Amino acid sequence: MENINNPILSVEGVELSFGANRVLKNISFDVQPGEIRAIIGPNGAGKTSMLNCMSGFYRPQKGQIMFAGQDVTKTPPHNIASLGMARTFQNIALYTGLSTLDNLMAARHIHMKQRSLASMLYWGTAQREEIEHREFVEEIIDFLEIEQIRKAVVGALPYGLRKRVELGRALALEPDLLLLDEPMAGMNAEEKEDMARFVLDIHERRGVTVVLIEHDMGLVMDISDRIVVIDFGEKIADGSPEEIKNDEKVIAAYLGQEE
Amino acid sequence: MAALRPAGDYDESYIRDMSFLRRPWMNWFTWGVVLIVLLLPFLEIWGLISSANPSYARYTWWMNILNRIAYTIVALQGLNILTGLTGQISLGQAAFMLVGGYISALAMTYWGLPIILTIPLAAVGTGAIGLLFGLPSLRVKGFYLAMATLAAQFIIPWLSRNLWKDYLGGTNGSIVAPVPTIFGYEFSGSTNMFIISFITLVITSVLFNNMIRTKLGRAFVSVRDNDLAAELLGVNLFSYKLKAFYLAAAFAGIAGALRAHTERGIGTEFNYTLDISVLFLGMLVIGGMGTNLGPFLGAIFVILLDEGAIILGETIAHAFPDQAGALQTSFRPIVFGVTLIIFLIFEPRGLAHRWYLFKAAWRLRPFAR
Ligand SMILES: Nc1ncnc2c1ncn2[C@@H]1O[C@H](COP(=O)(O)OP(=O)(O)OP(=O)(O)O)[C@@H](O)[C@H]1O
Ligand SMILES: [Mg+2]
Repeated sequence: MENINNPILSVEGVELSFGANRVLKNISFDVQPGEIRAIIGPNGAGKTSMLNCMSGFYRPQKGQIMFAGQDVTKTPPHNIASLGMARTFQNIALYTGLSTLDNLMAARHIHMKQRSLASMLYWGTAQREEIEHREFVEEIIDFLEIEQIRKAVVGALPYGLRKRVELGRALALEPDLLLLDEPMAGMNAEEKEDMARFVLDIHERRGVTVVLIEHDMGLVMDISDRIVVIDFGEKIADGSPEEIKNDEKVIAAYLGQEE
Repeated sequence: MAALRPAGDYDESYIRDMSFLRRPWMNWFTWGVVLIVLLLPFLEIWGLISSANPSYARYTWWMNILNRIAYTIVALQGLNILTGLTGQISLGQAAFMLVGGYISALAMTYWGLPIILTIPLAAVGTGAIGLLFGLPSLRVKGFYLAMATLAAQFIIPWLSRNLWKDYLGGTNGSIVAPVPTIFGYEFSGSTNMFIISFITLVITSVLFNNMIRTKLGRAFVSVRDNDLAAELLGVNLFSYKLKAFYLAAAFAGIAGALRAHTERGIGTEFNYTLDISVLFLGMLVIGGMGTNLGPFLGAIFVILLDEGAIILGETIAHAFPDQAGALQTSFRPIVFGVTLIIFLIFEPRGLAHRWYLFKAAWRLRPFAR
């Protein structure tokens, strides 16, 4: 898009296997700043594994993934967040014992400068910092319309709300790149619509680049700029929604699946 | 802006919403308790209670229990940081108390340091030892970590018997812990000692409460609830697990120092065994893991129950003289064991959870069920 030669993230020749199971086979693609990039493919194709590699959670045997000038496949996982990347998980990985508010506050970790001793003493700087970040987080809570569950322990929340809180937690990290693994899965039509609206808002108003895994084809075609299609661990197509819709390999891969 | 709690109770600012004495009555209650405790020694000074008094024995008996409760709470707060907040198990808390007791007693005896310095010293020193035993947590979890921390429970008492015998008491298993003095005032006797324990407990409670409302506490809980997500959100697991081990041991060190000066001695003679470490875990479960009230409720409930069991055991022993020996030794552990099982089955989240439910219902009166 704006800056074709300078992708925000680039995946080059990534190979991942678990024992004899080759999950990703020589995958390459890039993500341009400011776009919504979708990854689609049938069940078990390797989409989540791809995302796990991109967020530094899985270590591919071959290839590299460049983000913010670093190869994330060689960066310690806890250093990746501060490069400006955040994600959500297909099966929700919230801190179940904490409230919505604290889940979001926990994501401010890398932006907080207080030392542990200052935390314990709640000295001026620590208190000021807590309030400052509380204001930041409250803004996200307003945006996602989750004020009522601010103090609710997330473990007890219904599925749709937990998904929303997880999105909020990822946002609280203030990322440049947001990886979303099926943010609308298992939701009813209304919840899906809300979620899509949030994703679009995040993309447009906050200027966050989004990588999205999603099964709902209508939705993907609607909101994404470019789409990567993975099947059995191989990239079979890459292009605009129009191109993907008419791609023979893609049609073949999805044949027999309803949609 | 304003955070709403049920029944129309508003906080007008984030500062107020984040403070822990959020209502006037909490403030009054806290200061009331502090005042009462600080006035306790005057009961004796003004002769309101004296050793000539027939109820004096009962008074000191209660004072001793209060002391025991106070240092136990501190030890439990430490364990709560590690197990309750961070989700790492430890079976070495009693051994770390031993370390803290030694540090405080030795620093007082040989360097003449006042207790306001020996307690922090015990915390820092014991924390360092705790760090050492926390190292395996970087590689192993759960059951295996429990085994690794168990090592502390064997190594530390063994060292205290076999190392520097002149200083640590060697096979006698004990040395004297001096009477603490501050500005010339001797804190002898259980009432005085309770003043020190109580002030220390207030400080550790403030530290613990600050922790759970700030960055440090949230990082601990994120390690407990989802370590993989925590890592991707920028929490360095390595460093935060070690911090938890350090703090847990430091709190144990403080508790150990208090106990040493309360009992006027420290060493393996004084029962810092695995039983005690396990008892701590049980108390924390009964009180409520990971809550700020848990250590208080757990220690108070179990210690009072234990004292009750002693009395009841004696009574039953009198009734069955031929079984007296067996009853006196086994009645307490049985009572504790049964209580723990009851809690694990019916209220695994402990007394603190009960209390929160009760509070929530009270707030919604008269609409509560
Ligand atoms: N940690 C792992 N260990 C072993 N095999 C794994 C692991 N993670 C993924 N796989 C395998 O990789 C393959 C791809 O899984 P992945 O979860 O990436 O698929 P997906 O495209 O996200 O599917 P879905 O649409 O169902 O979410 C599967 O065969 C899966 O069994
Ligand atoms: Mg998946």
